[in-house]
Parts: sequence; C-alpha cells; structure tokens
Amino acid sequence: MADTVRDPPPDGTDFHELEDGEELFPEPAAAPEESQPASLPAEDISTNSNGPKQDLLFDDDPEDLFAEATEEVSLDSPERDVLLSDGPSPAITPITPPTSVITPRIGHAHDDMFTHSSFDEIEEEEGGDSFDIHISVSDPEKVGDGMNAYMAYKVTTKTSMSLFKQKDFSVKRRFSDFLGLHSKLASKYLHIGYIVPPAPEKSIVGMTKVKVGKEDQSSNEFVEKRRSALERYLMRTVKHPILLKDPDVLQFLESSELPRAVSTQALSSAGLLRMVNKAADAVNKMTIKMNESDAWFEEKQQHFENLDVQLRKLHASVESLVCHRKELSVNTAQFAKSAAMLGNSEDHTALSRALSQLAEVEEKIDQLHQDQANGDFYLFSELLGDYVRLLTAVKGVFEHRMKTWQKWQDSQMLLQKKREAEAKLQFTNKPDKLQQAKDEIKELEGKVQQGERDFEQISKTIRKEVSRFEKERVKDFKTIIVKYLESLVLTQQQLIKYWEAFLPEAKAIS
Amino acid sequence: MMEEVKEVTSALSVHGHNIKITDVVKDGDALTFVIVSQKLSGTGEYHVDRTWDDFEWLQQHLFSQEDVPGLQGVIFPPLPAKASGNASAKIMKQLGVLGLGEWQPYCKALETFLQQVATHKILNKNKAVEVFLTSSDAPGRQKVKKNIFNRLSQAVEEMRKEGHKDVDEFFQTERDHNLVLTGCTKTAAEKFLDMVLTEQKIAVACGHFSAALHLCVEPGEDPDKKAFSRLCVQISEVFDSMKKNMTSVAENNVNTLGLGLDLESRYQEAEKEMLFRRTCKLVELENARRNAEKAKPVKKAAMEEVKTATQTEFQQICGVARQEIKQFHGVRVKMLQQALVQWCEKQLLTAKESTDQFNQHLQAFRGMAQ
Repeated sequence: MADTVRDPPPDGTDFHELEDGEELFPEPAAAPEESQPASLPAEDISTNSNGPKQDLLFDDDPEDLFAEATEEVSLDSPERDVLLSDGPSPAITPITPPTSVITPRIGHAHDDMFTHSSFDEIEEEEGGDSFDIHISVSDPEKVGDGMNAYMAYKVTTKTSMSLFKQKDFSVKRRFSDFLGLHSKLASKYLHIGYIVPPAPEKSIVGMTKVKVGKEDQSSNEFVEKRRSALERYLMRTVKHPILLKDPDVLQFLESSELPRAVSTQALSSAGLLRMVNKAADAVNKMTIKMNESDAWFEEKQQHFENLDVQLRKLHASVESLVCHRKELSVNTAQFAKSAAMLGNSEDHTALSRALSQLAEVEEKIDQLHQDQANGDFYLFSELLGDYVRLLTAVKGVFEHRMKTWQKWQDSQMLLQKKREAEAKLQFTNKPDKLQQAKDEIKELEGKVQQGERDFEQISKTIRKEVSRFEKERVKDFKTIIVKYLESLVLTQQQLIKYWEAFLPEAKAIS
Repeated sequence: MMEEVKEVTSALSVHGHNIKITDVVKDGDALTFVIVSQKLSGTGEYHVDRTWDDFEWLQQHLFSQEDVPGLQGVIFPPLPAKASGNASAKIMKQLGVLGLGEWQPYCKALETFLQQVATHKILNKNKAVEVFLTSSDAPGRQKVKKNIFNRLSQAVEEMRKEGHKDVDEFFQTERDHNLVLTGCTKTAAEKFLDMVLTEQKIAVACGHFSAALHLCVEPGEDPDKKAFSRLCVQISEVFDSMKKNMTSVAENNVNTLGLGLDLESRYQEAEKEMLFRRTCKLVELENARRNAEKAKPVKKAAMEEVKTATQTEFQQICGVARQEIKQFHGVRVKMLQQALVQWCEKQLLTAKESTDQFNQHLQAFRGMAQ
C-alpha cells in the first residue's frame, strides 16, 4: 500500500477524471491489505475527493449503478468541478487510524493508510469519549427574494466530545447543503456496506410557495416539517459512529462557510430508489445467479422486504389518523362557533352563559386536537416515513454486496479465460504476446484477490450495520412511543382541567 | 283490529315521568320497542310492545282530539322520525344523532316523547295514551282521519302566513326568538354530529393501526427481533387504549349533549308549529273581522257569528299557548342543563380513566429494559 503523505489539499487543484481503463483500486504493491474508502492512488485522483466512490460516479460503464442515480447531477457538466473543487476541502483521511494518537482535531494529514478493520477498532476503542452530542435545527430564515430565495437554517451542536473544537456552536446552512453532505457520505460509504441515512426529500411545490413569499399556514407547516426532518437527518447521521467522524460531517457542523453544493440532486431518496431498482434489474439480468453461501443475508433481505411492506401500511394508517384528527379539529372549531351563536341567542341568562363557556371549552379542545394531530404526525408519521426511506438505504447496501460479488466473479471468470488463452499461447512462438498474457494474468490475480476481500469486507460491514440498525430501531420506536404517551397523558390532563372548570357552570343553570 | 278505546274515569293509570323503553328488537326492517310503565296503584308494571307506527297512531290521536278548547295552542312533544332496521343513508342522515349507537339514543328519544305526553296535563287525558301504554294488543293500524296538524300539504300561501305581523308583543317576541333559536340549535346539533362522526373515524383508524402493528411481530430468537416484536405489541396496546378512549368520548357525546341538542332542536320546531297554527288562526280571525265588516246585510249575521266563533277559538289558543310557552321555557332549560351536566361529568370520568390508562402504559415503557 502506498505510504504516501497526503498534503492538505490546496485550492483549485486540478480535478482529473479517471479514464475508463483506470482502476479504482490499483494492484496493491505489497501484501494484500483490506481496501479502504480512502485508499486512493494519489497520483490519479484529485486530493479533493474523499472517497474512491467519486470515480465510480464518472465511470461511463452502463452497468454502473451510480451513474443512474446521479443522472440529475449531470456529472459530466462543468458544474461538477464546482461541486468538487470549490473552496477548501476537508482533509482526505476520514478516520484516525488506531495506531496514531487520536488528535483533538481530526482531519490533519495522516501518514498511514489504514484498514477497514480500523473502523471496528475505533468503534470499540472509544476511549472514554462516550456518545454525547445533540444537534438542533432552528430559526428558519428566508434569504433573498423571488425564485432565487432560499431558507437558511441554524444548525446548533452541543457536545462534550473531543472530536469537536467547541462545546456549543452554530452555523447557518441551507437545504442544498444537507443534500450535498448526504451525497458525499453516500458516495463514500454506501458501496462498502454502510447504511447512510437518506436526506430529506426535495419538494418543488413546497419550496416555491415559500420563495414566492406566501406566509400562510401551509407554507409554515412545510418549513416546520422540513426543519424537523433536517434535524432528524443530522441526528441519525451523527449517531453512526463512523459517519460522525467523517470530515465532511465535521465540516458541515463546524465550518462557518461551506462550499455551495450546486448540483444536489445526487442520491436523493428517489435517486437511491432508482439505483436500487436498477441494481435489482441488473442482478436479475446477470446470467450467473449469486450463490448465497450465507443464509443470514437471504433471511435478512427477506425480513427487510417484509418490514418495508409493513412500515408502509403503518405509515398509511397513521396518515389517515392525522387526517381525521385535523378534520376533528375543524369540526370542533365549527361546533364551538355554533355553540357561541346559540349562547348569544339564548335569553335565559345562566343558560346563555353556560353555552358561551361551552363554546370556549370547545375552542380549547380544538387546540388540543391540533396539538395531538401534530404529535401523531411529527412523532409517528415522520418516524415511519424515515424508516421507510432508511430501508431503501438498507436495501441499497445489500444490492451493493451483490454487485461486489458479481465483480469478484467477473474477475475470476476473466482470469480463467486469460489462463486458458495463456496456456494456448505457450505453444505458439509469440514471446511478446506470452509475456503480455502473463502480465495480464498477474494483474487479474490481484484483482480477484481484491474482489474477494471486498466481498468479505462488505459482508462483514453489513452484518454490523444491520445489527446496529436493529438496535437503533428499537431505541427509536421506544423513544417515540414514550414521547407520544406523554403527549396523550398531557392532553387528557388538560381535558380534565377544562371539564372541571365547566362543570360548576353547567350546574349553575337555573 | 282497532281495539275500542276503553271508557276510563281518570285519564292515565300509570306514572308518566318514569316510563321506560327497556328493549328494542330488530326483525328485518321492523323495530319493536318494549315499553314499561309503573301502575299508579303501585301494584306493578305494564309491559307492552310497540312499533313506530303505533307511536304515530298515538300522535295522530293527540292531534285530532276534538273536545279540547285551544288544542292548537299546545306544543306537542315531538316524535322522532321513523327508523327502520335497514335504514337508507338518507333516513340515517335525517335521524342525525339518533341513528347512532345501536338505537340506544333513539329509544331514549321515544322514551322522552312518552314521558312528555304522559305528564302533559291536557294530552294525558286522551284515552289513546292509556291504550298505548297499557293495552296488550297493538293499537292497530287504522288510518286516522286527516287533521289540521298535517303540515305535509303546506301550500305556498300557508308559508307566507309565517311572517304575518302579530297583534301581541309577547307572541311577536316569542316568534322572533323562536325563529333564531331553531336555526342556531339545528346548526349546533349538526356540527355536534359532525364531531361525533369524526371521533368514530379516529377510533376506527386507531384500531387499524393497532392491527397493522401486530403484523410486524416476527417469530425468532434473535434478541433485537424479539425486542422489536415486543415493542410493537405494546405500542398496539396503546392504540387499543386510544381507540377505547375515543369510542367512549363519542358515546358520551351522543348519549348526553347529542341527545339534548337533538331534543331541543325538535322541541323548538314543535313550538314553531304551534306558533304558526296560532298565526294562521290570527289571519283567519282578521279575515273573519274584515268579512263581517264588509258583509252585506243579508250575510252580516252569519259573518258575525263566524267572527265571534273564530275570536273565541283564537283567545282559547292564546290562553293555552301562553301556558305552554311558559312551561316550555322552564322545561327546555332544565333539560339542557341536565344534558350539559351529564355530558361534562361523563367526559370528565372518561378523561380520568384514560389518564390512568395512558400513565400505566407510560410506566410500562419506561420500565422496559433497553
């Protein structure tokens, strides 16, 4: 492995697209090592990129899944350069290798390449820096006018972790910044088996209303929905021990200026879904069916298929509940009005008074219904929606594993062919060709070994990720149901107050 | 067969205030109500089966009493519309809150009708009431003769009379007031019903969610899977509780204030009808006066007679009407108060029960091992 020193990237380094024939993982010079996300042949790839994944994006291979997903990014356009080389980049090496001292400021250049196993060790070897970080997204503020306007959100991080320079700090970010962060993380980690939380959905209709300046309830609701989604997205991202330490994440949270992500459609949830579907198609089209030696993967995939169906059902069910709750709020308000009118028309004093009080009680109950509808929505509906979207990322990593396997198999088949060809060449008098064949075989042997390692690594990573996902799932749902129950109890306690106040009024009639 | 109305000395042999409808039996389309009344002598009860057609028979008899002066001034207790076992959507809509809750509110409304009739000092003297409450045979389906209370054939000119200016301030005020109140009450009852229907929808949605959660339960020994499955079951229990709560809230609404508003609404309509009858009589009287004045000497005496008779009728009606209105004001306030108090008490109880239930769930979740 190249023990190259990595300089912090200067500004405006030339970005150089990987040529078609170039390999992403060049043949390792020394003993086989685990591949890493940051193992870049420094000469070939701009130091601006943080993950080898970038190159796959530009690969014109029609089979390449990511090409599909990033269509909208128009990666071949000049904008791409802007996306990648704008301003200062975070340092290259994402993770501190376990052998070196964990510096307070991760992101400095590191000498050693490190292995995937280092990720495991890092997770285990937290060294007293327990997970303590809370991110809030707040204060949406409209910046600019007309169709160029955008919402800026304040992202506040409160933490005691040594990973960060400060304990309590904020930055301003816009929606495209979040999408940009996600695209970077996805490009670095998805293909090696990490479940990268998907970014919130874009919404042209919602945003247009906001831009145009409609200060009505629906655009306020939209902004609040988005704010909440962004907050959940960040929290979910930093809860991942690997992603938390990613320099892009750190830069996102800490840096006051962020290079603007121009083409940010990359790997949106919809894009991910397209990619997954294409992967599924691609896999089906392949003549060689994957020989699943590990029943665990098959079982888990089935489980996630089922879970997806069930979550969607639950989500639809909650949406219906939210809808009815809002309807109840409207009906209650209307009844309150009619009760008030009745009270006004009534000439029996005490009855009139009681009816007016009734109207007031109903108005207060209407507010309770609205709050409850919000609870239904922001707690359950969004939770379920988040998990449905998260499952697309989960499915994605399983598909990547299959693709990794396929790549390995392809290399093996190619190696086989080359060996056969070489055997034939033995009998001809073409020393040049023979040498070439031998060279190619040597190269391919390396590729095959790398392919196998990749496959084993991604399988291992997925197992861990799935386990983490399942634990997080229980935690998330439990947290939500507790919050929800608290809101239910609060509502009932409020109702008790209202009824207890109204009862003497009702009794006082006549 | 119409049974002969018995000759009785006193009008009613049972108590009026505690007549109960204890059961309703559905037989295809027909609904049969079991009515229980207590003998005045204290020696027991009468149990009779009646259908809605029997109720209508009673009502028609009340309308067509001939020997009661000023009968038109009576505010007749309103009878709910006919319900059928397999009611169409239109009929259910017309019944409003009475169509809900498996006919319980409907029975209550019929019960109230009977109580009001049986305690009405003028109406309970009608022998039909005694027959209805005590005869073991059904009163029969004989077609009752047409009476002036059939508003079905209300011509346009009749409607115009509704706005006819009154000669008496008391009645003009009452008419104006009644007009406003009937509108407001009807609206309030409708909006209240909308609320109840939505509450029922929410209860159903909670039930669906709870059922859907059970689908997430998976067998297996994997600890994370088991934890999630267990969580799903517990969350579904929470939603079952929510369903129970919402169902209670809706039931409370229907049985107390819903019924109250419905009765008030129909009672206001009954007063409206009475006031209208009086107004019609007033118009008739004014016409009679005019005719008497303008009459040629040949007709004059006859016209005068008509005028005098109409005058007497009108005065009798006014007399009864004043009494009825006074009574009505007292009764409706009492009834609404009762409805409001019961409603509040029931909702308060439900809220307390639900708080306890939700708190139990909360403690269970908080105590759950991670």
